[in-house]
Amino acid sequence: MVLVYAESPRGQIRKAAFEAVSFGRKLAEQLQMPCAAIVLGSVQGDAGELGRYGASRVFQVVHEGLHSLDSQVFTAVLAEAAQRLEASVLVLSHTSTGKTLAGRLAVRLKAGLVSGINGIASVGNDGSLQVLKPVFSGKATAEYSISSPVKVISLMGNAVRPEASGQPVPVEKLEIAVPAARVRVREVRTIEGRVPLPEAEIVVSAGRGMKDPSNWGIIEELANALGATTACSRPVADSHWRPHHEHVGQTGISIRPNLYIAVGISGAIQHLAGVNNSKVIVVINKDPEAPFFKAADYGVVGDLFEVVPRLTEAVRRFKAAQ
Amino acid sequence: MKFLVCISQTPDTTARVAFTPDGKAYDSTGVTFIMNPYDEWYALVRACELREALGGTVVAFHVGPAANETTIRKALAIGADEAVRVDAEPTSAAFTARQIAEYARSENFDLIFLGKETIDYNGAEVGAMVAEHLDLPYIALASKLDVEGSTAIVERDIEGGVEVVEVPLPLVVSAAKGMAEQRIPNMRGIMLARTKPLKVIPPVPVEEFVSVVKFTLPPPKAGVKLIDPENMDELVRLLHEEAKVI
Ligand SMILES: Cc1cc2nc3c(=O)[nH]c(=O)nc-3n(C[C@H](O)[C@H](O)[C@H](O)COP(=O)(O)OP(=O)(O)OC[C@H]3O[C@@H](n4cnc5c(N)ncnc54)[C@H](O)[C@@H]3O)c2cc1C
Ligand SMILES: Nc1ncnc2c1ncn2[C@@H]1O[C@H](COP(=O)(O)O)[C@@H](O)[C@H]1O
Repeated sequence: MVLVYAESPRGQIRKAAFEAVSFGRKLAEQLQMPCAAIVLGSVQGDAGELGRYGASRVFQVVHEGLHSLDSQVFTAVLAEAAQRLEASVLVLSHTSTGKTLAGRLAVRLKAGLVSGINGIASVGNDGSLQVLKPVFSGKATAEYSISSPVKVISLMGNAVRPEASGQPVPVEKLEIAVPAARVRVREVRTIEGRVPLPEAEIVVSAGRGMKDPSNWGIIEELANALGATTACSRPVADSHWRPHHEHVGQTGISIRPNLYIAVGISGAIQHLAGVNNSKVIVVINKDPEAPFFKAADYGVVGDLFEVVPRLTEAVRRFKAAQ
Repeated sequence: MKFLVCISQTPDTTARVAFTPDGKAYDSTGVTFIMNPYDEWYALVRACELREALGGTVVAFHVGPAANETTIRKALAIGADEAVRVDAEPTSAAFTARQIAEYARSENFDLIFLGKETIDYNGAEVGAMVAEHLDLPYIALASKLDVEGSTAIVERDIEGGVEVVEVPLPLVVSAAKGMAEQRIPNMRGIMLARTKPLKVIPPVPVEEFVSVVKFTLPPPKAGVKLIDPENMDELVRLLHEEAKVI
């Protein structure tokens, strides 16, 4: 079977998990196998909802030792479940959790691993699986073949849309011994309000063209009108105009939203590397020669201090008319 | 304290991305290689800072051919005390992780640092593999790390925030932005690096399960559609009707 680890950091099954299950179901159809999901720890709401996204069975291991992530504990439990359920493909999300676990699970299960994939290329008659993965920060795609009997893959965020087409299923409790944790969580600090950047479907991003951090209000207003998350170029984070976790690019976060609006960003190659997999790119820059226009779908040549407030108004009018 | 820092080499961030005509390999003709930024700016510098504060040694570890020695010398110039190179082409994350683990197994490192990912193949795979081979705790995407006695206090990046954790040493960590500030090697460091020990060891064989079928470049964009800056209603209309993203 295809077994999808539906991650639930701090007890919440997130978008990444629904994407992974939707993806797992499609893969399972290609492989002519069932698709199951596994949840570790207790969660808010009904884990059986994963059935809607394509899991024909949903397993859960409930234990207080699974409340926070300890890679040794989670690996032991997931590997045991994968073996017991005879999973031939284990699907994870390419998130902070997935990155912590994927390599461990591959070693433990003697499995071939390709992380951060965004699609399946083909299924071999010899039991191999060919997967697609963006490499060189999105500047190219690699097709890899995995030949081991058990395979581990992790799915890039926003690569598939979660599709709720099925029915919820009853949750089956799995009894698996949970080893003692060595990692103890002292504190979690989350940024309240907005959708986290890697999950965001619309991102409004700004660069040095903003001149001064005090001008950021117009970016916030555009983001609010669109229900978007904000991001920035590296020099903006380096000069502490914006927090580091908003820095996108080759050395920052790599994102692939449906819509990326770049305001006053020149479009240096290192910046593009983190955003050029976005579905649609809009560039607002006063310099018609800015390299970003070459990577853009829609461009506005103009002064951002005039264009952005005008765009915000247009978005508000559009939303009000909807 | 003993620190191991795993150093990889990647094409310069501005390097053109091209592949051999059969699409099977990266075409490195004319490409300058650099130390992977996460390994250099964050992992290596933080290891050096901790050695300066707590005493001990920093070993830089690299899997790669002799041609990569400039990268290793740079790690020594920045502050590593000694270096080890496994004389082999790093063919996969699984291969690299085994080389690191085989070496580290007998050396009793307190902290094993890696970068959060290499900027070419964007794996984020090696660190967790090393930790599993050595049966050690692993914290990925660490943006802050302090040592208190035999415990590490680590902040790790999570979606939409950070989690602060306490973990007993020994420990494997992958370093993300924030862990340290980039250090430019000075003349003294560069001179010293020439005399620091660099050991070359043979690889251990590893069974490979993953192979490259081919690389492809994305199709060129259709070209930008320019919108009148006075007419943002038109942009909104296109985003809704044509691009279907709002
Ligand atoms: C190893 C390495 C890694 C890097 N990694 C990253 C990374 O991950 N992410 C990243 O972003 N950068 C990265 N960089 C930096 C990158 O090379 C660029 O320096 C940076 O992206 C430039 O940021 P910017 O576009 O905000 O600023 P600038 O290049 O200064 O561009 C500002 C733009 O604003 C426009 N502008 C100014 N005023 C207005 C106005 N009133 N209205 C409209 N437009 C206006 C200008 O025309 C210009 O195009 C990296 C560099 C190196 C060497
Ligand atoms: N050839 C190598 N030699 C030594 N360390 C490496 C090598 N390749 C990768 N690493 C380490 O593993 C980290 C993550 O790499 P990856 O999993 O390939 O993204 C890098 O940041 C390095 O610290």
